Amino acid sequence: MIAGWFAGDGDGFRLLGTRCSACASVFFPREDVFCRNPGCPGGDLVEVPLSRRGRVWSYTDSRYRPPSPHVTDPELSWEPRALIAVELESERIVVLGQAVPGVSTADLAVGMEVEVVQGVLNEDEETTWTTWHWRPAEVTV
Amino acid sequence: MRGDVAVLGAGMHPWGKWGHGFVPYGVAAARAALADAGVDWRDVDSVVGADTVRGGYPGHVAGATFARALGWQGARVTSVYAACASGAQAVGAARAQILSGLADLVLVVGADAAPKGFFRPAGGDRPDDPDWLRFRVLGATNPTYFGLYARRRMAVHGDTLEDFAQVKVKNAACGALNPNARYRARVTAEEVAGSAVVADPLRLLDICATSDGGAALVLSSMEFARRHGAADPVRIRAVSTVTPRYPSTVLDLPDIATDSAVAVEPAPDTFRASIARAAYEEAGIAPEDLSLAEVYDLSTALELQWYEDLGLCAEGEAAKLLREGATALGGRIPVNASGGLASFGEAVPAQAIAQVCELTWQLRGRAGDRQVEGARVGITANQGLFGHGSSVVAVR
Repeated sequence: MIAGWFAGDGDGFRLLGTRCSACASVFFPREDVFCRNPGCPGGDLVEVPLSRRGRVWSYTDSRYRPPSPHVTDPELSWEPRALIAVELESERIVVLGQAVPGVSTADLAVGMEVEVVQGVLNEDEETTWTTWHWRPAEVTV
Repeated sequence: MRGDVAVLGAGMHPWGKWGHGFVPYGVAAARAALADAGVDWRDVDSVVGADTVRGGYPGHVAGATFARALGWQGARVTSVYAACASGAQAVGAARAQILSGLADLVLVVGADAAPKGFFRPAGGDRPDDPDWLRFRVLGATNPTYFGLYARRRMAVHGDTLEDFAQVKVKNAACGALNPNARYRARVTAEEVAGSAVVADPLRLLDICATSDGGAALVLSSMEFARRHGAADPVRIRAVSTVTPRYPSTVLDLPDIATDSAVAVEPAPDTFRASIARAAYEEAGIAPEDLSLAEVYDLSTALELQWYEDLGLCAEGEAAKLLREGATALGGRIPVNASGGLASFGEAVPAQAIAQVCELTWQLRGRAGDRQVEGARVGITANQGLFGHGSSVVAVR
């Protein structure tokens, strides 16, 4: 469904974007056809991993079940999911994503450091759709 | 291309949930606008329809649908789709035809019958569509974006939930005075605070509903207006319809990420601010000249953002402007005297036209109990998905 947006496992999990070889602009979701910088003559677009950590630009949640094409199990009661917009410093880009399950808006603050981790979007008997989640970064020594 | 066009007529179908298709709303609004202008439909040179996708596509295209319902009479026909900015782009298309001499008398119509609940993309698997992707991958509804903006304002500018609630209180007080509004009851801050959270920190009464409704305008050249006996009509002086500039660094519907600013420094103006600035430049006016403004209050917090983007106050000062009462009826610069989307709800192709209807009635001095005293200059501001944004300046 969203081939090539992320790769890797565990600590190696990264969002993947593309970078224009002429002007260095970064794109996420990946832009594989045209560099969108209007002043750029257009270069090859090369896949690049994005920074693993960033800071919360803003956050919210969805207290009501989102409509299709979002896939949810109507048999289960709806649990609100936090959504976090994260500023990646070196790419100077803001990327929206779901928070890891269990993190609510009460756990978040603008400016807080978060990191990207692999998560499950939804699954049925045959397929598990993976995605990226943002998780508040643990304190590291 | 510069120059004024005359607003000869304005009309609406009252907004609500009426249970009809979109065509009767548009036709009722069109007939009201034609009657207001005192012109016969058969004399209209050109009809411009703001498209409704939900009610229409595929099968109905607005310009022709309204023309057929009013009775085919051979007019030039145009249909415009620009999401929430469709109505303003329809006004822009009509104005361009008049100023270029292609048409003297133009009917602009928009109407919709909105579904209940969240707006959502059309069906099917469409992973090349950013609007489809944000729902599929993130479950990100329109209110979640409004929630992001609201929380950001709280963090950066210190806005409070009480400030947001007071926007609803103000707009509901105006809507109570407007017979075309869907919601005509006053609302208290306690009622806002007591409504369910939809997208943290915004509550049900912070977010506009979806509605059925229709709005229409009859526009003409100034020469036609004079011949028609309208010596001093309301005039449209500017219609800005600008795109963002790369890199657009404020996360916007329906995008999952912003542009990166790594290669190009962002322009000092955000996209929303550039919409208003283009209109001011085209009209040759400044924010200080305004008597009133009609803005897209998709959420209460977003109305505050528009105060800053329109230059009504400095960045971060919107809540202060609200608290001073400047944007209420009777204040220095009333915003959403109509009651705004808070009182109307969204009928997408109609709402930007409805904003111009309100300016027209206000500038004529015929807005009844919600009249802004001595109104001479008004601006509208709206924004649609996929980088559409428009502002209309009307003067008297």
